[in-house]
Amino acid sequence: MELNPQQLVFYLFALLTIGSAVVVVTIRNIVYAAFSLMVTLFSIAGLYVFLQADFLAATQVIVYVGGILVLILFGVMMTSGSLDLKLKLERGQLFWGGVVSLTIFGLLLSVITNTPQWENVDIGASQEPTTRKIGEMIMKEEYLLPFEIASILLLVALIGAALISRKEVRDE
Amino acid sequence: MDLPLNVLIISSLIKIVVVVHILLIGVMGMILAERKVSGWIQDRHGPNRVGPWGILQPIADGIKFLLKEDLVPDHVDKPVYLLAPAIILVPALVTCGVVPFGSSITVSGYEIPLQIADINIGVLYILAITSLGVYGVVLGAWASNNKYSLLGGLRSSAQMISYELTLGLSLIGVLILSSSLSLREIAIQQGSYPWTWNFLIHFPAFLAFTTAAFAETNRLPFDLAEAEQELVGGYHTEYSSMKFAMYFMAEYMHMIVGSAVAVTLFFGGWQFFGLETVGGPFWSGLISVGIFFVKTAFFLFVFIWVRWTLPRFRYDQLMNLGWKFLLPITLASIVVTATVWAFTQSKVLVGILNVVVACIVVAIVSTTLVMTREPEPVEDRGILSFTKESSS
Amino acid sequence: MLFNFANVLLFLVVGCLFVTLNLVVSRLLQTRLFTDEKYMPYECGEDPIGDTRIKFNARFYVIALIFLIFDVEIVFLFPWGVVFREIGVLAFVEMLIFIFMLLVGLAYIWVKGDLQWIRSIQSVREEVEQ
Repeated sequence: MELNPQQLVFYLFALLTIGSAVVVVTIRNIVYAAFSLMVTLFSIAGLYVFLQADFLAATQVIVYVGGILVLILFGVMMTSGSLDLKLKLERGQLFWGGVVSLTIFGLLLSVITNTPQWENVDIGASQEPTTRKIGEMIMKEEYLLPFEIASILLLVALIGAALISRKEVRDE
Repeated sequence: MDLPLNVLIISSLIKIVVVVHILLIGVMGMILAERKVSGWIQDRHGPNRVGPWGILQPIADGIKFLLKEDLVPDHVDKPVYLLAPAIILVPALVTCGVVPFGSSITVSGYEIPLQIADINIGVLYILAITSLGVYGVVLGAWASNNKYSLLGGLRSSAQMISYELTLGLSLIGVLILSSSLSLREIAIQQGSYPWTWNFLIHFPAFLAFTTAAFAETNRLPFDLAEAEQELVGGYHTEYSSMKFAMYFMAEYMHMIVGSAVAVTLFFGGWQFFGLETVGGPFWSGLISVGIFFVKTAFFLFVFIWVRWTLPRFRYDQLMNLGWKFLLPITLASIVVTATVWAFTQSKVLVGILNVVVACIVVAIVSTTLVMTREPEPVEDRGILSFTKESSS
Repeated sequence: MLFNFANVLLFLVVGCLFVTLNLVVSRLLQTRLFTDEKYMPYECGEDPIGDTRIKFNARFYVIALIFLIFDVEIVFLFPWGVVFREIGVLAFVEMLIFIFMLLVGLAYIWVKGDLQWIRSIQSVREEVEQ
């Protein structure tokens, strides 16, 4: 099989994604797991670049790597004892985890196979920047309502998060 | 892409190597400049022993860092301890990949843009890479397994994420007027006359951006992470030799890159009136780089100046500044820019109203803070014992 | 477009090489002398007291949570900013609502004291009494 540089880099990122994801679920140390989750999320951003989804790639890094993972690390550091916790997999977890991930995998597979012409993506083709397109779609009728609902959802999430965590602060 | 592929590849390799070297030389220059300027501000000599006027001081420092014993204490978590300085230095380096440091240069018929990667989401790229900086701090602090490190790392990371919001929001006003996320495009649109540059149109946002850039570098007055009197060295207490040097370099690189981004977004990048047409297609490119460097150097001087002028904030003051002043100011600036642009499309009006509204916001916020200030505790001991009893 | 990202990747690789080189060179040049005291946690020369894994103020976690939500909202503002000039009044009204939501959120956490780092003992007492 001939590999051009693009494909080589793509497979490198794919390997990095899967490899670090495996490390996340198998490793015992919780900070190492968080660290390799960072690698996973970062290389997924790399894969987005190959899909011409530049805005999504940047968002992936800003929100997931720069936001959610920091939150997870903070959570780990806040909870005394959890830093030296050795994560262990139990049989019940293995079963239910397997069921859930197989279901999600099946769902994804059906989406992939139902997408017309999914195998004919030209990764080298240059397209117009996606940020503008996303902006237009949000602002025009199609996704206007979902967008505003998303803002309400975020507000509710903010208030909820503040409410729950405030209770914890007070308990201390 | 008009250029043949091999020219593209060779030119970008050269550009990358040159930029890395310029950054390193810049860091060395900054180390010297910082000590010289601080000496000047404090009315003393500064380094003057190594070489003429002490200009070889940074080289001596570098050699010392290289030769020092690299201590890896027994109590650290070795893999993470080793990776943390790299995680803070590499993003600092890579951020400048999208910064255009000049117009373009014509070499043997090929016009080569003076920028490593002109990606069309440049502004978002900078935000994304900046958000990685937190990891070097958090992981380094955790891996060091030292109380000072942990406390410093936690303080610093909370500070960095708080100011990242300001960093992101302050750029949106600029985007509204430029309609582009590409740094080169934003720089070009500002034109070459100082009064058309973005810092006048978005003055409050510019101030907020600069302040946030200060906070991201963890320097005075934002250096609570390494407040010597309280936390020794903060998150790099347990680091020595080259690994400490990497934290050190990262701080200076953040400064240089932050200044370069500020110049690109708010000070018209490499442009200055009257100098575009000087020289041929080769020399005009180099002149544009020179202009860019001069503007960046000015910002770097401001960085040093502020550091040796302002005392350190208290942690609550720092958080108040970020969340209660800068965040509302930048939000107000977005609303003002959008409103004025939707109805009048006058940049002058945007500039004036931005400042007026920012002043109003500051007035309202500070009045609120003064009005709601909590009374000082009267009887310390009695109340303390009271809280203890009731919480148990 | 992909070419520009390839440049970024190349830069990333060069950056990583640079870091590795630094560490390797310093490792080769330095001398190592083993002393017991050097390998202890640094606590200003005293013997370390207690465990390093101290409990932190949960307020830091609250800040991280709030940051995350604001971060998502900011990401929404970027595509809006880019197309604002073309779409005009509709985008303007829409984003006014969006920013209003942001402000309501900010006002809420502000009023409820989540942004307050220093609290007088009296206010803690009042809260405990409630």
